[in-house]
Amino acid sequence: MTPREPAMTPRDLNPAEIAALRQRYPGAFRSARGPRLLAGLAVAGLLALAGDAMVRLDFSVIRLLAGLGRLGEFSLMLLPPDPAGQAWTFLRALAETLGIAFIGTLAAALLAFPMAFLAARNVVPNPFVHFTLRRGLDVMRSVDVLIWALIWINVVGLGPFAGALAIACADFGALGKLFSEAVETVDAKAGEGVSASGGAELHRIRFGLIPAVLPVLGSQVLYFFESNTRSATIIGIVGAGGIGQYLTELIRVLELRQVAFLILMILVTVAAIDAVSTRLRRALIGGASRQGRNLIGLNV
Amino acid sequence: MLMVKPITPLPPDRAAALAQAYDGAVAASRRRVWAGLAVLVVLTGLAAKAAEVRPWVLAGNIGKFTDYLAQILPALSLGNLGGDLAEWYWGWPKWLALLGETLLMAYLGTLLGAIGGFLLCFAAAGNVARSRAGCFLVRRALEFCRTVPEIVFALIFVIAFGLGPMVGVLALAIHTTGALGKLFAEVVENIDMKPVESLTAAGAGRIETLRFAVLPQVLSNFVSYGLLRFEINVRGAGVMGFVGAGGIGQELLVAIRNFYYADVSAILVLIILTVMAIDLGTERLRHHLLGGLR
Repeated sequence: MTPREPAMTPRDLNPAEIAALRQRYPGAFRSARGPRLLAGLAVAGLLALAGDAMVRLDFSVIRLLAGLGRLGEFSLMLLPPDPAGQAWTFLRALAETLGIAFIGTLAAALLAFPMAFLAARNVVPNPFVHFTLRRGLDVMRSVDVLIWALIWINVVGLGPFAGALAIACADFGALGKLFSEAVETVDAKAGEGVSASGGAELHRIRFGLIPAVLPVLGSQVLYFFESNTRSATIIGIVGAGGIGQYLTELIRVLELRQVAFLILMILVTVAAIDAVSTRLRRALIGGASRQGRNLIGLNV
Repeated sequence: MLMVKPITPLPPDRAAALAQAYDGAVAASRRRVWAGLAVLVVLTGLAAKAAEVRPWVLAGNIGKFTDYLAQILPALSLGNLGGDLAEWYWGWPKWLALLGETLLMAYLGTLLGAIGGFLLCFAAAGNVARSRAGCFLVRRALEFCRTVPEIVFALIFVIAFGLGPMVGVLALAIHTTGALGKLFAEVVENIDMKPVESLTAAGAGRIETLRFAVLPQVLSNFVSYGLLRFEINVRGAGVMGFVGAGGIGQELLVAIRNFYYADVSAILVLIILTVMAIDLGTERLRHHLLGGLR
């Protein structure tokens, strides 16, 4: 090796050294042409499909520009937000919305809890039961909340109760799936310990599985409550109660200042619920580990 | 050297103290559980009052629900299965076209939203954003886009742009921008910063840093979240028709409102099968993607 200046730049490497490096690290010098070509083709395919979709869905620049102009006018009409003397009505509708979300989530969680164990492979190993229950949950989940609301309106009439039932049905499918996946991923050692010391199947579930999954399930339920406050705001569009009813009507008659007030109310409420449930979730999951630490401290 | 040591029991006073501490801990956790349950019951009562929960109405009318299910089920007989199926799906050319439209809406909405989220996520991620004020503003904007439900955007856009699937796409795209922008930004915030530092030290500009230090770390997660969102948007696009924003929703709304029972089940089955197929497909793709790149 010849002595070098301390400040080395890439240009200082001579071809022989590069060849040596190439031999030592063939991976770093591999030609990227193949993967790049593939990626380029994939992107081109996606864009071509997008272009085709735009043609099929009647995208037109003229409509877009005219609409944007009108949207600009609308955004001026939004200001300033003003309840127009209906603040109290709106607040009650907001309370109704929160009630719908709460009852719907709670009912879904209560229904999904037993389903979590029935549809989990490590509790009910029968593949037929597993398949049937999971696909059943999938069916409940793939029907949108608004469609469920339309169906329940036929049963209990217009109003928030139909909305709560709709959320309960849609979320039962989603929570049931998530819960049973949580049960399936639990560490099996605790359950095996219970079985080995003579516990029955139900003991295994009660003392081996439930303590491990409960914080996870709780945090998932909180997360769903958050997202349900959002879906409960629109359920009024089909007449199933909550703030959506006012929102729809006021948008249709272009009372945009009241709409802006409603949207502000929703934003503030959702942000508040987000903040509370984030803290609760942290406490729930952190609390479990703290309890564990306490127990260890007690034993030592 | 092995020593066998007999286990000596704890002195009684130590054992008693430990047992007492254990009982105390158990009692404290029980008290917490009961307090939590009491709060839950009170909240449930309030929520039930607000949501006008009437279990007796449900109990009294649950027959209507089963009746409804029985009514929408098609009359299929083994003897004339082909004919019955043809009658059940009498509108299949139209329905399939609408279903295709729904899928295209979901695809385009997801793609446009993902592009929007991609462009905004670097400004919203605390570790690579250039200005704190810009980061705050972009985050609030994303929050707005994701909190206002897509149907509400669709309602407003229908008035501005006129009826049709373009409105549904725009509404989905804005909501998706908000949702994906936040998730993307979280992914970016969790990257390993060492490549970014070394590229900055080597004199790379912002675009080069993002392209060669950030992007390789986040791309697989971005695609995975995008696929997840596509799945959600297919469901969302299915109901866009409720407000006149295109897709199969309009047909379903008409069928439900006008009590065309067999049509309701035919369209519902179509939607359910499509959503389930896309669920399975995207799940496979995501596992493949995350498994292949890690």
